Amino acid sequence: MAYLELNNVCKTYDTDVDNTEVLSNINLSIEEGEFVAIVGFTGSGKTTLVNLINGLLKPTSGEVLFKGVPVQGTSHERGVVFQNYSLLPWLSVGQNVLMAVKEAFPNRGKAVWKRKAAHYIDMVGLTPAINKLPKELSGGMRQRVAVARALSMKPDMIIMDEPLGALDALTRGTLQDQILNIWGKDKRTALLITNDVDEGIYMADRIIPLRPGPNATLGPEFKIEIERPRDKTALNDNPTFKKIRNEIIEYLMDIGDERKSVSLTEYILPDVSPKHYVA
Amino acid sequence: MGQDITLKEKSQRTSILKPVISKITTVFKQEKMFESLKKLGITVLSITLFIGLWHLGSKALYNKEANFTIAKALEDQGQAAADAVQACIASGDSSCQPNTLPSPSQVWTSLLALIDDYYIIKQDKIDDAIENAPLNAEIRQFNIDNAAQIAAGDIEARQEIEYTGRSSFLDIVVTSIKTVFAGFLLALFIAVPIGIIIGLSPSLRNAFNWFIQIFKPVSPVVWYLLVFMIVKTLYIGNSSDNSFVISFISVGLCAMWATLVNTAMGVASVDQDYINVAKVLKLGTFQKIFKVILPSSLPLIFTGLRITLSVAWMVLIAIELLAQSKGLGLFVWEEFNNGANDSNAKILVAMFVIGIIGFLLDRLMLTVQNAVSFNKVEGV
Repeated sequence: MAYLELNNVCKTYDTDVDNTEVLSNINLSIEEGEFVAIVGFTGSGKTTLVNLINGLLKPTSGEVLFKGVPVQGTSHERGVVFQNYSLLPWLSVGQNVLMAVKEAFPNRGKAVWKRKAAHYIDMVGLTPAINKLPKELSGGMRQRVAVARALSMKPDMIIMDEPLGALDALTRGTLQDQILNIWGKDKRTALLITNDVDEGIYMADRIIPLRPGPNATLGPEFKIEIERPRDKTALNDNPTFKKIRNEIIEYLMDIGDERKSVSLTEYILPDVSPKHYVA
Repeated sequence: MGQDITLKEKSQRTSILKPVISKITTVFKQEKMFESLKKLGITVLSITLFIGLWHLGSKALYNKEANFTIAKALEDQGQAAADAVQACIASGDSSCQPNTLPSPSQVWTSLLALIDDYYIIKQDKIDDAIENAPLNAEIRQFNIDNAAQIAAGDIEARQEIEYTGRSSFLDIVVTSIKTVFAGFLLALFIAVPIGIIIGLSPSLRNAFNWFIQIFKPVSPVVWYLLVFMIVKTLYIGNSSDNSFVISFISVGLCAMWATLVNTAMGVASVDQDYINVAKVLKLGTFQKIFKVILPSSLPLIFTGLRITLSVAWMVLIAIELLAQSKGLGLFVWEEFNNGANDSNAKILVAMFVIGIIGFLLDRLMLTVQNAVSFNKVEGV
């Protein structure tokens, strides 16, 4: 039995105009300790997929199973790193993490909470900024706080929704290494949603492209059999890396073309002319 | 270890750069001083300009009324009477001054007169207390001697003699501030909780919507009448003065709508991201409200409270006037009806006092808001 399983999951958003099916027939299974990346275009329904897995949304049909049990709402077992950090701006770095620790370990007492919070903040290298407010931090630092907050609840699985999307390339690289480091230490199951193929290949064991929505489905999976720890600079010359990269990009490009051709349907325009037209 | 090294390096560098940094800060401070001097200069200039325009305007009005009076005297009673009126006006005699918009200097004189008046009344009160002291001591002694019977209800306790003369301007201002604060607190305790509740529930919001929309635009005068109808009945058989109660309740009810609407809106429009965080952390309902929803809507709640405070201060005059509460509203109305030579000037003094206190109250609210809320607001 897989750790996380999605069986024929569909999600429809009801609007006044019509019902758009954002996700249709999603099938996914992730094993314990695995690092899986889902790559897709913006607007392809990635965040919807994440929210289905973390329990913020309910699937319209199909089922999401976590450790064999259907997902009913959110749970401390699944930590989430949101796309836009989602730190509470009125709380300091320490307080943001502390809030999560308190909820995850309600009966431990203040000293334990504080120690745990300090530990995870130290893990992402933010001890000097522990008393700062989120708005006093850079984007990269905020994202690290969000990672620390998610980890501090000791989740069995960590779900990251484009965690590095808003960061510059250099910060991105450092944070990728940090996340991998932390993941490597206690081998938690991880799901990374990203729009960056290179990031996916560098970090994950498996990459699954998400075909763009509406009616988004998961494409064929690509296994990445490059040994860890992976060296970012050497990776560029690695033949396996190049091959997988080309395959995935080609696949995504094909989808992109498909999508374009779909939108080329000819519209029949009504035959109209101005009412009082004088030549 | 690594951190220690970097820290040391840093402190060394600061010690080398210290003179440079201090020089930079002084230059910066000078610039800042210049900046604040400039700001002050502009403010002073605009005040001068305002007073100048006011002076010219009041002078023009004064002349217009004076000329009309003289022309009328000439027409009705002939040259001699006109000359007499002209001489009278020129002499500054209070019996024939044109009664129009007072000039800045007249308002200033009235302000000084009101301050003098305050000291006179203060002395009056002291004299009064000294004069009544033996009698009051007797009454007190009587009440103590007969404490048992008073408690049993056989004898009625005697009232001590209190000062019953007219109130000074300061007393009047204090009464008004008390009324506004009481009204503001009433609005706070009604509007914020209700706002939170209807903000949390869309169906309650719908249910309350008609109520808010209908009562929001009700005029202060009507609020006064409504409150009067109710309080009068509640106070039936009680001879004590209920004008303060009526006026603060009316002020509160009239001013609370901005807070109610803003709180409801703030609570209803909390960023979905924060709600998602609360859900992912699995916060309980109570925690979610107090740790996420309330802090996030504090800026809007405070905006509402500031509007409420300024509305309360604004409607105060009308309501105190109707309620006959001894505040600025009644003062303005009595001065207007009084028609004395300096009545108009006193009304303007009251107007400026109201404006300045309103301004200070708003600054106070802004300070509180910036102290408790996560985003800082520049006051306008």
